[in-house]
Amino acid sequence: MIKIANLSFSYNKETRVLSGINLEFDRRSTAIIGQNGAGKTTLVKLMKGLLKADEGKILIHEHDVSGKTAAQLARTIGLVFQNPNDQIFKRTVLDEVMFGPLNIKMDKQTAKEKAIEALKMVELDDKLEMNPHDLSLSEKKLLCIASVVAMDTDIIIFDEPTIAQDHGGKEKIRQIIQALKDKNKLVMTIIHDMDFVAENFERTIVFNDGQVLLDGETRDVFSQKELLKTACVEAPGITKLAERLGFKDTVLTVDEFINMKKTYSPPQ
Amino acid sequence: MKKIIVEGLKYKYPLADSLALNDVTFDIKQGEFIGIIGKNLAGKSTLCQALVGLVPHFYKGAYGGKVIVDGLEVKNHSIADLSLKVGMVFQNPFTQVTGSKTTVYEEIAFGLENIGIPRTEIIERIDSVLDLLNIEQVKDHNPFDLSGGQMQRMAIASIIAMKPDILVLDEPTSQLDPAGSEEVFQAIQSLSKQGITVILAEHKMEKIAQYCDRVLLLNNGKVVDFDTPGKIFSREDLEGYGLTAPVYTRVCKALGVKKAGTDEYPVTLEEAERVLRGDGA
Ligand SMILES: Nc1ncnc2c1ncn2[C@@H]1O[C@H](COP(=O)(O)OP(=O)(O)OP(=O)(O)O)[C@@H](O)[C@H]1O
Ligand SMILES: Nc1ncnc2c1ncn2[C@@H]1O[C@H](COP(=O)(O)OP(=O)(O)OP(=O)(O)O)[C@@H](O)[C@H]1O
Ligand SMILES: [Mg+2]
Ligand SMILES: [Mg+2]
Repeated sequence: MIKIANLSFSYNKETRVLSGINLEFDRRSTAIIGQNGAGKTTLVKLMKGLLKADEGKILIHEHDVSGKTAAQLARTIGLVFQNPNDQIFKRTVLDEVMFGPLNIKMDKQTAKEKAIEALKMVELDDKLEMNPHDLSLSEKKLLCIASVVAMDTDIIIFDEPTIAQDHGGKEKIRQIIQALKDKNKLVMTIIHDMDFVAENFERTIVFNDGQVLLDGETRDVFSQKELLKTACVEAPGITKLAERLGFKDTVLTVDEFINMKKTYSPPQ
Repeated sequence: MKKIIVEGLKYKYPLADSLALNDVTFDIKQGEFIGIIGKNLAGKSTLCQALVGLVPHFYKGAYGGKVIVDGLEVKNHSIADLSLKVGMVFQNPFTQVTGSKTTVYEEIAFGLENIGIPRTEIIERIDSVLDLLNIEQVKDHNPFDLSGGQMQRMAIASIIAMKPDILVLDEPTSQLDPAGSEEVFQAIQSLSKQGITVILAEHKMEKIAQYCDRVLLLNNGKVVDFDTPGKIFSREDLEGYGLTAPVYTRVCKALGVKKAGTDEYPVTLEEAERVLRGDGA
């Protein structure tokens, strides 16, 4: 669905932020992890057409992003910003979520339906008339997620969706990601929460210093302890525990751990 | 020595219809590392802000009870007075940026200049926090041209540079990479060991379990419990408060193994490893 070829980018002459990126995305749900400042947000802003590449290109459904207008891209690719303050600008919660659908020329009635449906998913449908700026940070993040979900695009990118979320908030986001996967959409998430990665994404890409360091099935990626360390990331807690106890296979969830524990006794 | 005393604190934001903090009472000794946990909207940030005086001086609203920070009653002292004793890292680093400085370096210098630290010491302190938070390479960048994690690192650096006696941190590592998050917790722990009193609100239960001396469990503005991580995370009713224990606790609970000779489950990786190897704990 997305093909990135030899992509390079810099904000200014001194430092190159991304260099020679080659990646292809199919419909597998994908996590992007890596060090602060590695270039993760920059990459997704390029995909969304918010920045222009110095070299190389990005094709979405075979069409070059650079040849498309922001309006055309808005129909195909949705991006939830890392910082909600960069995204929110309307005066009420409902207007905020309706803005995107109206902007891609959905009729008002459909836009409202989509908006309310999305707000229900994040449980903000009882706050339609509130000013978004009076919401807490966790609610602002959920509002931004609803705004993008309402647009019903084929590709949806979340930039650190779980910031500020408690267990219940993460669970809502997990369900939204699952619902989007079920609709056969490409879901891509930048995230620093390794447990969430292990539980929700089929593929994981590790960024390091503007380049792809690792890319593969999530389980394989989390078995590469040394490379993960290079990128300032780590395996999830349960994976580390299993490793310390000498389990042969890379464990990703508590359930897997318990099943494996039954058939295994640790060396003394 | 009691560094912070909170007694019957009640607080309601203007226009709100319910109390954000409802009869909160606890105290904290000098040098303790205290974690605050609770589901979204439980009142963690409000409590943090009540310790630095933003509640009630900035937000106004209805306020009752007492908060005494290092001998100063918050209600009767200005935010400026209090800021000499207690520094706070905000939940959203974006709201902490002054907006008037054009480099990360000047941004960190701002608070130090304000309290009249001599130039040579300012330079030393800034160099040391740039190194501690691993942001030397962006020291000449505009604060708004940073990645999210770099901005959060800068926010922490600005407060640590002030060397307050009491540090209040509201989810300070939410945007940090796992290695950075671990480093920040270690740095805060080492400050606490040097006698700095630390209060930290957090959703990362594994970190709370590993680093905090005691944990304050908040729910709907009320204190449910204030105890060691082992006791708090062994509670059977945690889920009822919208919380989950650290993964190490959950797995040991599921397997029914407690720490030898206690009624508590392991809460850290090391404890879980010991127990599951069968060495006791
Ligand atoms: N507007 C900008 N102008 C100049 N440099 C920038 C700008 N935005 C980001 N950078 C720099 O580009 C690099 C990559 O930033 P980016 O935001 O893509 O990182 P990231 O991987 O998303 O990090 P994080 O995990 O901290 O969010 C960083 O070194 C950052 O300082
Ligand atoms: N500025 C404000 N004005 C009015 N009400 C507020 C304000 N800030 C917080 N509240 C309300 O006070 C209560 C406690 O919120 P607070 O932000 O302290 O919770 P929290 O535990 O920090 O949540 P989170 O985990 O989402 O950060 C909530 O009901 C919230 O809606
Ligand atoms: Mg980013
Ligand atoms: Mg908060």
